[in-house]
Amino acid sequence: MGAFIWLTVLTAFRILFRNRMRAGLTMLGIIIGVGAVIAMVSIGQGAKAVVQAQVASMGTNVIIVLPGATTVGGVRGSQGSGVTLTVSDALELKKRVPLLSDTGWSKRDVMQIVYGNKNWNTPVNGISPSYLTIRDWSYAGGGPFTQADMEAGARVALLGQTVVESLYDVGEEPVGSVIRIKNVPFRVIGVLTPKGQSAQGSDQDDIIFIPFSTAERKVLGTQFLGSVGALFASTDHPEDLPAAVEGIREVLRARHRLQPEQQDDFTIRTQVDIGLVQEGTSQTLTLMMFSVASISLLVGGIGIMNILLVSVTERTREIGVRMAVGAKRRHILMQFLIEAMTLSLVGGLLGIVFGVVGARITTVVAGWPTIISAESILVAFFFSLAVGLFFGLYPANKASRLNPIEALRYE
Amino acid sequence: MGELILCRDLWKIYRLGDIEVQALRGVSLSIERGGFVAIMGASGSGKSTLMNILGCLDQPTRGTYLLDGLDIGKASRDELAEIRNLKIGFVFQSFNLIPRTSAVENAQLPLFYRGVSLRQQRERAAAALARVGLRGREHHAPAQLSGGQQQRVAIARALVSEPAILLADEPTGNLDTESSREIMGILESLNRDDGITIILVTHEPDVAHYAARQIVVKDGQILSDRSREPAPVGGE
Repeated sequence: MGAFIWLTVLTAFRILFRNRMRAGLTMLGIIIGVGAVIAMVSIGQGAKAVVQAQVASMGTNVIIVLPGATTVGGVRGSQGSGVTLTVSDALELKKRVPLLSDTGWSKRDVMQIVYGNKNWNTPVNGISPSYLTIRDWSYAGGGPFTQADMEAGARVALLGQTVVESLYDVGEEPVGSVIRIKNVPFRVIGVLTPKGQSAQGSDQDDIIFIPFSTAERKVLGTQFLGSVGALFASTDHPEDLPAAVEGIREVLRARHRLQPEQQDDFTIRTQVDIGLVQEGTSQTLTLMMFSVASISLLVGGIGIMNILLVSVTERTREIGVRMAVGAKRRHILMQFLIEAMTLSLVGGLLGIVFGVVGARITTVVAGWPTIISAESILVAFFFSLAVGLFFGLYPANKASRLNPIEALRYE
Repeated sequence: MGELILCRDLWKIYRLGDIEVQALRGVSLSIERGGFVAIMGASGSGKSTLMNILGCLDQPTRGTYLLDGLDIGKASRDELAEIRNLKIGFVFQSFNLIPRTSAVENAQLPLFYRGVSLRQQRERAAAALARVGLRGREHHAPAQLSGGQQQRVAIARALVSEPAILLADEPTGNLDTESSREIMGILESLNRDDGITIILVTHEPDVAHYAARQIVVKDGQILSDRSREPAPVGGE
């Protein structure tokens, strides 16, 4: 059987090469289908990777708790406008929800920063030191402030890359310099590594961090001491997020003395929620690609079936001769199946080549990031094989059922 | 030696719509190993049907056909294919070589379906081609060969599997006189020197003359069955 298959494959390639014009046109459907899918998948995966990097830049396994809206005289304020969350909430959560590896808090306001003769308006964030680790910030120069700075209300600041670019000349060293926020001098002790755009499109590097206590007392001011703009918490593993969210809700509801019929006076968000939206988008995209691929593979498959039916008719006498000298049904069946699969496979491989080249061109010309995964190439490969098998079955079966006497007599 | 082919009361009945066609009507026939038999008859006489049955391409409606002890009437389609592969070599009027495929590849075709190693296929096909005088033309495609040479490739293809019977259906029908003589000479030599049983189907008396025994078929029955005395060695 080994010699049989080997020779049949060889013959199939020879026939394909001999009729290369016809074979090429036949394979066009498969080439276009596979090529389009490979190119689209790699563009889609490139885009997905960019979004994933953005999500990761917010810190992984992060839970964000925002205060609820205030209601003043029946007018409901925007989300986060309330002052229902406090520093003690954060400390209590860390104690009572064991799944949380750490909690932090922040309070922010857009303020004018002055350095030398330049100024810049940017969100000033008063944060707990733990916030920096939860959100996974790292440092291009200098380092973070500490719990001691926090307790002392030290006037130290960390600058985002955009702020540095706006206030400092090229080559000027920000670390060690003094900036003024609301006329209060702060010493710059660190510059943050850029994170780029957030998933929502805002510039994450346009930011200044100062210790929460310093912010509360000297810069931002407060309605009542200890109220925060947002709470942050992290878990060690992403799969702990849902349980941790429930724990936080329970503790906060109890602390805020909410009755069962009352709604939460806070909102809990996780990266999972953000991820879900993206997943929905990519699922739609995947479905669309899948239908485009299916249609073109269907068309390609029908083309293969058509050309094979022609080939079976043209070679009726040959089939008769093969049967006369001892070919069994399965020999004829295999011969035409192998020819069909050779067509679809060569088409698939050409399609893969075109797809990869297409993706590269997209990257070079349009500047879109593309990722060519081995997975999509393998799937395309086996899909085209399956198309050949499926659409070759009918012509091959037809050939194998020919009556040898009639086939030999066929003109 | 013994009987290679034993047919008893073969009937073949076709249905063409409402009409029943009796292509064979009770043919009994035996052919011994090493024989050279010509089956003659006009078109429509039933000789093609008889040849198809003898060649295991078709099965009788009634009656028994034993080929080398095997009951052909009871074989399945795939069993028939295997019997053809092992026992029968075909030579057709129109050569029936596979186009654009070299002589040696055509000649090795029966072995291809026998699961013989590629190397053996090549060697035996080359030997068969040499036997019919085509040494050096192994890699010619049919289109590069004359009619007579193509028919010789076909004979090599029939020989390569070392069959019990070589079945030649009008082997000279598409050939000129000179080539016809060559082909018949090869068949004669295969019968005489290699002891291969040959059944020759023809309507030309000149061609039938090469056979030691001539069977005439008419209206689905054997009209006559004559053997000529074996020619003295070195005669003719």
